[in-house]
Amino acid sequence: MIAETGLAALWLAAALALLQLFLAFFGLKGGKPELLPAVRPVAIAQGLLTAVAFALLITLFLRSDMSVLLVATNSHSMKPWLYKFAGTWGNHEGSMLLWVAVMGMAGATVALFERALRRDTHMATLGAQAAISLGFYAFLLFSSNPFARIDPPPPDGQGLNPLLQDPGLAFHPPTLYLGYVGLSVAFSFAVGALLTRAVDAAFARAMRPWVLAAWILLTLGITAGSYWAYYELGWGGWWFWDPVENASLMPWLAATALLHSVTVLATRDGLRAWTVMLAVVAFSMSMVGTFLVRSGILTSVHAFAVDPERGSFILVLLAIYIGGALALFGWRIRTVREGAPFDLVSRETWLVINNLLLSVILGVVLIGTLYPLMTEAFGHKVSVGAPYFDRIAGPLALALMVALAAGPLTRWRRDSARAVARRLLVPAVALVIAALMLAFAPVRMGTLPWLGLVLAIAVGIASLAPLWKRRLLRTPLFTYGMVIAHLGCAVSLAGMACDSAFTVEKLVAARPGDTIRTAGWTLRFVQILPIAGDNWTALQADMQASRNGGAPVTIHPQSRFFAAPPTTTTEAALLTRWNGQLYVVLGEEVEGNRWQMRIWWKPFVTLIWLGGILIALGGALALVGRERRGWLIKWRARRATEA
Amino acid sequence: MRTILIWLPLALFLAFIGLFAAGLFQPDDHIINSKLVGQPLPAFVLPAAASDRPALASTQLATGKPRLLNIFASWCVPCAAEAPQLEALRAAGADIDAIAIRDARADVDAFLARYGNPYARIGLDARSSVQIALGSSGVPETFIIDGRGRIAYQHIGDIRADDVPMILDRLKATR
Repeated sequence: MIAETGLAALWLAAALALLQLFLAFFGLKGGKPELLPAVRPVAIAQGLLTAVAFALLITLFLRSDMSVLLVATNSHSMKPWLYKFAGTWGNHEGSMLLWVAVMGMAGATVALFERALRRDTHMATLGAQAAISLGFYAFLLFSSNPFARIDPPPPDGQGLNPLLQDPGLAFHPPTLYLGYVGLSVAFSFAVGALLTRAVDAAFARAMRPWVLAAWILLTLGITAGSYWAYYELGWGGWWFWDPVENASLMPWLAATALLHSVTVLATRDGLRAWTVMLAVVAFSMSMVGTFLVRSGILTSVHAFAVDPERGSFILVLLAIYIGGALALFGWRIRTVREGAPFDLVSRETWLVINNLLLSVILGVVLIGTLYPLMTEAFGHKVSVGAPYFDRIAGPLALALMVALAAGPLTRWRRDSARAVARRLLVPAVALVIAALMLAFAPVRMGTLPWLGLVLAIAVGIASLAPLWKRRLLRTPLFTYGMVIAHLGCAVSLAGMACDSAFTVEKLVAARPGDTIRTAGWTLRFVQILPIAGDNWTALQADMQASRNGGAPVTIHPQSRFFAAPPTTTTEAALLTRWNGQLYVVLGEEVEGNRWQMRIWWKPFVTLIWLGGILIALGGALALVGRERRGWLIKWRARRATEA
Repeated sequence: MRTILIWLPLALFLAFIGLFAAGLFQPDDHIINSKLVGQPLPAFVLPAAASDRPALASTQLATGKPRLLNIFASWCVPCAAEAPQLEALRAAGADIDAIAIRDARADVDAFLARYGNPYARIGLDARSSVQIALGSSGVPETFIIDGRGRIAYQHIGDIRADDVPMILDRLKATR
């Protein structure tokens, strides 16, 4: 019964989405404004129904109801409950239902809480949101029904890909999805504003919290995904420029650009057309990402659910929505007046530079990701690897860091070049000192890591500069948010530079009893033992690691075997110290009780993810700060009218 | 704003959609063409592998006329299965030379006596060094060498009966 109820809820929600679209359309364009008051309740009901459908699917997974095809193919009664729970979205149908549920609930939130927007723009936005949801309902109901039954039910399920059985990964996809869907709201706002000719500062202020929230979640999702790939794949790298990783990076790059341009529009009423364009691009990148992951059109280590038929479905949705939005943009953008002008030396200029650089990086990543597809259309097979991305996106990202340092130290509208230079003096001195110290340091490092580390130090100092000479308690929360997010970029860059410059790698074949020395560490290989977990068995090495003669710590790299489905994974042993991470991977037995081991000492590598968390934290502070300020202003205005 | 600039995003997007559609509906083929195609043969001089055939050097393959170069071994079962197809190619007028991999003269003689000998020359590559230089990862493999000693085609695995016309066509097309 649960499955049937879930399916019914989904159909009903789809019908309500259709109703919502019609109500908004005839209310705004069909000369029946009396229909408009019904739009918001319908949107809220639609959101609730999608939440019910998703909750019912979770219930089916937790109860291991093997009569449901999706549960039987993706779960197993032996699995720990966390992975039964996370298994709900660890597959194609479930993740699309999650997408639809988040989209429905986001629509309900826009209906419930949005007050700042003009009424017709608000209604047009909800109409656009309903139109997007409809496509995904169709996708779910016609080609990926999560509630399909299987008769007769199998005695037990096939299990979840063991690589996905990891607490970090349980929450990585939903975080990213929340981000993608948040961008769909920004997209609906842009479409609504274009339709009702309301591209202005008020529209930007209404859209900004959605962009910010989506961006925070994308940042967290990418950071978590990167750390997962780092410790779970056992390759010691933290970013592989894999198509699926790029699919999550591209919306983030677009959202970062949008976040900055929407600020220009909200504060200074500038960059109107460009902001609308970026809102369309950001959601396009989310859909392109989903398309690339789901269609199997590109070969990837992450291609978990590959199906060309579903790929063509998403492609059609992509063509309708993004093509439609871009056509609307071309048709309507002339009616958008030019925004407010600004001087060459102004914060706006730096934000334009930021936007241009981010767009170029986005283009570089997009071309690199799709290049194999382009050449294949002409009969050649190539693959584009890390060297391309590192060499092209790397220097661009470093240039972006310069804009990041200078932008917040320049005033809005107009400023004097001399004053900006004076404010940048301390970071510039730090830059020179760091450059000289690192150039003469007794370590050999490449140009790009050297430049990265030098810039990270200077930008880290510059990012704190907006707080100098200010009364810290009276500084608005969103300024702290910006400072922390920018500091996070510098911290992350420092981690990346240290990892590529100072990592020490050693590959050995060791016998129990052997002692391995590398990078100041002494590792004693004590023994190797079989152990058993919840739904796996493993060979586990006991090793005692000590640094520079300190007290030894026992670490346990493992090689794990999962029974359902039969797979081997490596569980790297990580030992985190304040100044880096020891990373040990147990490989295969070579001959006569000798075991392959790969040992890395990665100085300051954890800064990469710490930076990511700081960036997201900064975003969260900005979001809270802006919302609180909005409430305060409203509250004071109300009190003033009452008095 | 200029009209062209306004419609450029849509045009770019449509181009991407076309590309995606082409990628999606293109039949999936996993054949990877050898990077060695079009490259000259690596230089080698090999001793004779069989009692009644001369030795083989890379210069002897650039004769102005395209030839087949078959990589085989007496210990290789698919090579025995491939033998009738090589006979058919020889009967159709193809000149075939061979390299025997990690083999011994007595074994090669026995193999040729049993499965037939379509080869003009046979070199012995006792340590697989030429095989590796040729970018060949296993036996059997067959290369088409053009008249100037360049590799025109690499066939990985045994030649099946229905591959024979294709190989002959390629041989004819090579100059």
